[in-house]
Amino acid sequence: MSRVIRVVLPAHLRTLAQLGSGEIELAVEGQVTQRSILDALEARYPMLQGTIRDHVTQERRAFVRFFACEQDLSHESPDAPLPDAVASGAEPFLVVGAIAGGS
Amino acid sequence: MSKVRVLVGTRKGAFVLESDGKRQKWDISGPHFAGWEMYHVKGSPVDPNRLYASQCSGWFGQLIQRSNDGGKTWEPVDNKFVYDGVPGTHKWYDGTPHPWEFKRVWHLEPSLTDPDTVYAGVEDAAMFRTTDGGKSWHELQGMRGHGTGSGWQPGAGGLGLHTIILDPKDPKRIFIAISAAGAFRSEDAGATWKAINRGLRSEYIPDPDAEVGHCVHHMAMHSSRPGVLFMQKHWDVLRSDNAGDLWKEVNGNLPDDAGKRGFGFVIDVHAHEPETIYVVPIKSDSQHFPHEGKLRVYRSKTGGNEWEPLTKGLPQRDCYVNVLRDAMTVDSLDSCGVYFGTTGGQVYASADAGDSWMPIVRDLPAVLSVEVQTLS
Repeated sequence: MSRVIRVVLPAHLRTLAQLGSGEIELAVEGQVTQRSILDALEARYPMLQGTIRDHVTQERRAFVRFFACEQDLSHESPDAPLPDAVASGAEPFLVVGAIAGGS
Repeated sequence: MSKVRVLVGTRKGAFVLESDGKRQKWDISGPHFAGWEMYHVKGSPVDPNRLYASQCSGWFGQLIQRSNDGGKTWEPVDNKFVYDGVPGTHKWYDGTPHPWEFKRVWHLEPSLTDPDTVYAGVEDAAMFRTTDGGKSWHELQGMRGHGTGSGWQPGAGGLGLHTIILDPKDPKRIFIAISAAGAFRSEDAGATWKAINRGLRSEYIPDPDAEVGHCVHHMAMHSSRPGVLFMQKHWDVLRSDNAGDLWKEVNGNLPDDAGKRGFGFVIDVHAHEPETIYVVPIKSDSQHFPHEGKLRVYRSKTGGNEWEPLTKGLPQRDCYVNVLRDAMTVDSLDSCGVYFGTTGGQVYASADAGDSWMPIVRDLPAVLSVEVQTLS
């Protein structure tokens, strides 16, 4: 079953993918998890491969965070089901560049 | 009418500066890739409109961008740099084995004959090549697999392969340099490598004359004499007249620095005078700014040892910027142009081989790299 979910990307990745300022609506097959969202995202926007998770290990890059429903889901399993509100499209899945306080 | 195009990589984007052959008035475009670290931008010698750029960030990793129109538009190409086979280990800061981990591309060196072939020097030190214009990258595994590789230990700036020099007379010969490992030469197009560090002496390693472990900052070569190499090491400026088999120190009268001489990052060779070389002496390996607050390029017309400071047009007081290893270049117009960028965001140019200088842009983010293309 395909579901349409909402994804918000940080500004740098929206620019890279030549997107505007809004959210992306993304069709996700099967269970809605971090992995299934990122698989669908990278399939539609191949230039994002390697920018959110490692090419080989598929692990989240250290300074990228995943938020949804006012929770930090970054340390959850990539295969754990995301909240129903994300799966239903009521709430977006946020990919966030971590606050670094650097230059 | 000749033109020049200067490609500037900075901590927060890339800039393209263009001028006619007089090199007095400049048009500036950018920032391209605003907010990203642009380690290096370089054009193909055989197709000057084909540019490659290394774009990276601590958040989102490495990207490679390609332009087919001289930097007006860009497209991301493949960014998958995966070590060949089992990566193995090098030495970590605490002396323990540490797995090779890709971090970023420091340097892109387009082929001298094919616009689709580019070499990439990366951190942790390895060499990759594309032969399809960046659509895919493959490691030249012999470099990382050099017998001494497991003993390479990063310096504070990382274990970066930062210098790639292609021999214009022998397509199979390549020279490279790695921070805190040293210089290497391949005679078989990158399949196998030989350490070429004999004559280097580095007091900051346990064995000052070791085969590897020297912190080479940059190397340069004149295309007419590919057997003659010039090196800016952590301390010392050196030359080799036998393709790196033996180096000799040519600090000469460079500024004294508490009994030592020759610390700096950049080195380059005049386009038409193979014995005329340029360095920017920097005060010590801990201060990293010009001696006495005076920004001076030193030129030797004798291939080293005898140096003259070039100061006209450069700040001679209260200047505390650095000039990083890939931030100097020369054009090939009749009156050789010399360019360098600073961590203070200035790019200085000389249209008369260094006799006088002017800032062609002065308030960019910290400059990481400067390249120039001479266009007809």
